[in-house]
Amino acid sequence: MPDTPLDRIRNFSIIAHIDHGKSTLADRLIQTTGAISAREMTEQVLDNMELEKERGITIKAQTVRLNYLAKDGHTYVLNLMDTPGHVDFAYEVSRSLAACEGSLLVVDASQGVEAQTLANVYQAIDAGHEIVPVLNKVDLPAAEPERVKTQIEDVIGIPADDAVMISAKTGLNIDQVLEAIVTRLPAPKGDPNAPTKALLVDSWYDAYLGVIVLVRVKDGHLRKGQKVRMMSSGSIHTLEQVGVFSPKMVAVDSLGPGEMGFFTAAIKTVADTNVGDTVTDDRHPATEALAGFKPSVPVVWCGLYPVDADDYEKLRDSLAKLRLNDASFHFEPETSAALGFGYRCGFLGLLHLEIIQERLSREFDLDLIATAPSVVYKLKRNDGTEEDIHNPADMPDPTLIQTISEPWIKATIFVPDEYLGSILTLCNERRGQQVELTYVGSRAMAVYRLPLNEVVFDFYDRLKSVSRGYASFDYAMDGYEPGDLVKISILVNAEPVDALSFMAHRAQADRRGRSICEKLKELIPRQLFKIPIQAAIGGRVIARETISAMSKDVTAKCYGGDISRKRKLLDKQKEGKKRMRQFGKVEIPQSAFIAALKMDA
Amino acid sequence: MSPEPLALYIHWPFCLAKCPYCDFNSHVRPEGPDHARFTAALRAELAHEAARVGPRTLSSIFFGGGTPSLMRPEDVAALIADATRLFAPSPDIEITLEANPTSVEREKLRGFREAGVNRLSLGVQALDGKALGFLGRQHDAGEAIVALEVARALFPRLSFDMIYARPGQGEAEWRAELRRALDLAADHLSLYQLTIEPGTRFATEHARGAIQLPESDEAARLYHATAEEAARFGLRFYEVSNYAKPGAESRHNLAYWRYGDYLGIGAGAHQRLLQGGTMLATRRHRAPEEWAARVEQHGHGTVEETSLTPRERGREAMLMGLRLAEGVLPARVEARSGLPWAAIIDPVMLEALLEEDYLHWRDGHLAATPEGLLRLDALLPVLLR
Ligand SMILES: Nc1nc2c(ncn2[C@@H]2O[C@H](COP(=O)(O)OP(=O)(O)O)[C@@H](O)[C@H]2O)c(=O)[nH]1
Ligand SMILES: C[S@@+](CC[C@H](N)C(=O)[O-])C[C@H]1O[C@@H](n2cnc3c(N)ncnc32)[C@H](O)[C@@H]1O
Ligand code: SF4
Ligand SMILES: [Mg+2]
Repeated sequence: MPDTPLDRIRNFSIIAHIDHGKSTLADRLIQTTGAISAREMTEQVLDNMELEKERGITIKAQTVRLNYLAKDGHTYVLNLMDTPGHVDFAYEVSRSLAACEGSLLVVDASQGVEAQTLANVYQAIDAGHEIVPVLNKVDLPAAEPERVKTQIEDVIGIPADDAVMISAKTGLNIDQVLEAIVTRLPAPKGDPNAPTKALLVDSWYDAYLGVIVLVRVKDGHLRKGQKVRMMSSGSIHTLEQVGVFSPKMVAVDSLGPGEMGFFTAAIKTVADTNVGDTVTDDRHPATEALAGFKPSVPVVWCGLYPVDADDYEKLRDSLAKLRLNDASFHFEPETSAALGFGYRCGFLGLLHLEIIQERLSREFDLDLIATAPSVVYKLKRNDGTEEDIHNPADMPDPTLIQTISEPWIKATIFVPDEYLGSILTLCNERRGQQVELTYVGSRAMAVYRLPLNEVVFDFYDRLKSVSRGYASFDYAMDGYEPGDLVKISILVNAEPVDALSFMAHRAQADRRGRSICEKLKELIPRQLFKIPIQAAIGGRVIARETISAMSKDVTAKCYGGDISRKRKLLDKQKEGKKRMRQFGKVEIPQSAFIAALKMDA
Repeated sequence: MSPEPLALYIHWPFCLAKCPYCDFNSHVRPEGPDHARFTAALRAELAHEAARVGPRTLSSIFFGGGTPSLMRPEDVAALIADATRLFAPSPDIEITLEANPTSVEREKLRGFREAGVNRLSLGVQALDGKALGFLGRQHDAGEAIVALEVARALFPRLSFDMIYARPGQGEAEWRAELRRALDLAADHLSLYQLTIEPGTRFATEHARGAIQLPESDEAARLYHATAEEAARFGLRFYEVSNYAKPGAESRHNLAYWRYGDYLGIGAGAHQRLLQGGTMLATRRHRAPEEWAARVEQHGHGTVEETSLTPRERGREAMLMGLRLAEGVLPARVEARSGLPWAAIIDPVMLEALLEEDYLHWRDGHLAATPEGLLRLDALLPVLLR
């Protein structure tokens, strides 16, 4: 099979704020070009995983190859790239975008530009994309396409005059979208005779085929039987199958320049296939890899513990299984005096954390308890040594520390004018620095720099509640800065509870320390001994509560007949103590810590 | 070592009506139970156990219930005669019968005395008419007082039961009621805080919120008030809920608390016997007619007999013994359990509990202080291994 000529190929992605209609439009394009029969058409073809369908978010990149007979009489190959839609996967998104030459910018004509619209479109512009604005949902009575066009021009700064007006739902003007892809987006470039160079866009694990690698060929070819080399890892594989998604997997002899498709090569785990890597021919390798490769680095860490200690092995196996398909997620064993044996897990962001946690409970039926998420701190000791800290429990004594640096983000928030005040207050409380404040019609756009640590601590929830759900939010990492940070330890009966220690800015230390002490006082049942609960920075106590001893617990009447009954009760109490955590002479039910952590989240 | 003296418990599982708080093995038979049949079965089971146990000293007999004052005095006499023939009664044998203070039963008290009963335990429960109604009792305060007077004239030893910490009962009210009771007394009192027992009518009402017990702080205050009032009248607590003048303690109940040997005869009765290094725990069928049928067929109504492990024996000895003001003697707990002291208690926790003043050593006994006693159910799992 000869290569598809470059000028008959268009590679594009669709970028949109959540719920603006990306998936519906993709479905329409697939249906209109006949890639899938009406009978096979299930809603949201591209969102494969159960979780993706439910949450309407894409976690893995996907492509579908469409054959389109254009008005000019030629048949074009249109490769639609569906990218992960969330900032946690920003790097994955950037690689997906790097595999395309253009984007459809879908904006809900009744909603207008939102935070994610902006973040995504800037990424596309960075990737050098040609952008075609598409106004969706024009069937809605509330649609204001003219206003939204102006908004696109004002806020994003791209012409929106000839935006395509569609309804993905009714199918209105879908043909115009297809024509715009052919006429307005550029064809890919590439050299069929140069050494093979393909961008590794994503990969996932399939129980039957092993790892399936999604690629975009830049130069040369990928052929069945070919020996290829991953330029960053140096690993070598023999291609077993090469093919395209139509959207079902269809084998082809080769993939040429400008094309998108997949290969399999008996690869056991996605950890061997790094997103952003360059695939080249082992015998005739390219001299230079494609630009922009970055190994994935977790940004947020937390401890995951089985509620039932017997589930520890099951947790380990389940984490290993998840990692087969998600190399961006990291885990290592960890023990905690309060929670027992578990794992410290690293994630690309909060959504990623939530997804993994949810999959563990849903797909693997695990009852888990997560410690408060922590960002990665960069620590400089007095002796000049530097290290990354993933767990506040690992922070050395404050007297040994020269500086602690924390990660910052740049957040973009869109919010109706009436809620702006509360949003600005929230950002200021969270140590935010205002970068920009502009109006887009009746909506304000606030750009803030914020410490990531302040965002992992219930920021989303507060944002939603102070704006009644109307604020939209997106962010990008924005470097590290030294901060006046302290580790707050929580002590129960004078012994530290590792799982509850956390980092905070000095100015907030007292308030947060007090609140967790108060919470624990409510959660820990009164016992035989009084229990002091303290929050401390190093050796200095900043908050204190005392749980007084219980006042009465004795069976009133007990004689002959009751001995067996009483003893069985005692046997049960002793059994129950196995689920308690010892703090000196007092034992605290693990459930109290679990409840404290849940209240925190 | 000579075998322990025996205590004998005889259970009469019938009452005139079921009290709403009570989870004892008691049943109501509107036409009255078949006295001849149940007495015969009690006598048969007693003979059966006596043959198994062999000759032993008998230090006490206790007719409990249910309501044993509903028995015929001649049946009580027959059982006492059997017991004192089958075993060797100690010269000062204590023979107690639980009686309810209704007028019907009052008439029979002389008969019980003549049968050999030398200690009466009256179920007064309250001296307040409203409270007696709430507790579902068949008698009023006047009847209780008359019964007490009659009993005092007849029996050398007299005790009665009261239930306090009732819903809405304030400390001042309870002190007043208790003082009136102490005036009427008696060298022995059992004063129980009302407990919601699963499966009772009160349990249902409690779950619904219709009955509310005092908070634990308030219950603790009532408990201290009780001990204080009793002490003014010369009655000291010798067990969590039992108060007596020196020497007037219930010998029968002490046998339980000291984890001694006791026979249990009758429907639902329990028994503990240490023989040849084995502690047998025996339980009888709870349903009266089913129990009697089994006795008639096999000579006994036993449904379960297990040999307790040393750990179980150690726990039982401790959970009973620490209820006593005198506490436990380590050597005795070791002898009754077959375990060394160090395998029964956690020495680190013992230190902590001594330091906290929940426990103390007295004449070689480990005992709970009043504060420790109040928290005994929480203390035991901490102290015991
Ligand atoms: N009325 C109307 N609803 C639409 C249109 N396109 C999508 N929707 C609805 O908008 C919601 C979000 O669409 P979806 O494609 O899942 O958005 P995505 O999150 O961008 O993938 C769904 O309920 C769709 O049915 C449209 O053109 N008109
Ligand atoms: C075997 S019972 C009853 C004896 C006799 N039938 C009577 O009712 O007087 C012994 C005592 O336990 C006490 N008692 C029974 N159930 C109780 C409960 N739920 N709470 C507190 N005391 C209780 C009562 O004081 C009762 O007199
Ligand atoms: S409290 Fe006494 S009279 Fe009332 S049901 Fe229980 S045993 Fe019978
Ligand atoms: Mg979608």
